[in-house]
Amino acid sequence: VETLALREQFDTAAQQKEASTLGMWIFLITEIMFFGGMFLCYTVYRSAYPHVFAEASRSLNVYIGAANTVVLLCSSLTMVLAVRAAQLGRRKAIVTYLVLTLALGLVFLGVKAVEWQEKFAHHHIPGQAGFHLEGLAPDLQGQAQLFFSLYFAMTGLHALHMVIGAGIMIALAYWAYKGRYTADYVTPVDVGGLYWHFVDLVWIYLFPLLYLIDRVAK
Amino acid sequence: MSSEHGHIESAKNYVLVFAGLIILTVATTAVAFVDLGALNVAVALGIATCKALLVALFFMHVKQSSQLTKLILIGALLWLAIMIGFTLADFGTRGLFGVLGR
Repeated sequence: VETLALREQFDTAAQQKEASTLGMWIFLITEIMFFGGMFLCYTVYRSAYPHVFAEASRSLNVYIGAANTVVLLCSSLTMVLAVRAAQLGRRKAIVTYLVLTLALGLVFLGVKAVEWQEKFAHHHIPGQAGFHLEGLAPDLQGQAQLFFSLYFAMTGLHALHMVIGAGIMIALAYWAYKGRYTADYVTPVDVGGLYWHFVDLVWIYLFPLLYLIDRVAK
Repeated sequence: MSSEHGHIESAKNYVLVFAGLIILTVATTAVAFVDLGALNVAVALGIATCKALLVALFFMHVKQSSQLTKLILIGALLWLAIMIGFTLADFGTRGLFGVLGR
């Protein structure tokens, strides 16, 4: 079985691990700035049109959002347990936890798809000719479209990251099954875990900002 | 164990962190329906930041990471703060002095 333990450009396994982890963090930092731009855009428009953004936010189903947050947090737990299993060199446990993580990720995406489907049914799709948010004057519909544009851009890009994460889980589970990862070589599982947790982090902020902060009608 | 990673966290600790995350999720959802005025946003973002810290420190192993990784992370948050802070300083003060054309 191939273990790929130490590449020749590194002196020690610890140095190799450090380089990989640092490289992944730097990639994740570019992702922080990428999502940061959208969070900033949301903040600016929310402060410009607070009333309409509050009304549009209240049209989202907070219970589905909260349940999906729990699903994602469960997937983060199974992910970190997969990394732990890799550190302990337990091949079967790595595969089991990675498949569980993948399954929970797919549940999240499925729930998201149902939520988006509802938006189509309720004519809450920005750019749609029949766009209409209930309880708002016709001249405010444009501002509501802006909220839903941001909603779809942010949850959509988050979901795209989840789809990529699902691909990573499949690849990791396959290689783990093939016995590539041992207690001496866990870096890909570890780095894949960092990516998965990062996607979770983005949702941790998306959930309150899109679903929660305007629940109380003022 | 191997020399690649000195310390392996117990599964129990991970479950405790997870339990904390679930409690905070329930708390933030419940408190969203209580009228706290302007504090609603602050509480929601405060709880989100607590959750983010739990995920980053324990699940992403930042707590056990090297000083270099921590330094780079703090640097990233600084740049994020500059981007958000300066943009909001701009939008927040437009029209403040009544200058034509803003």
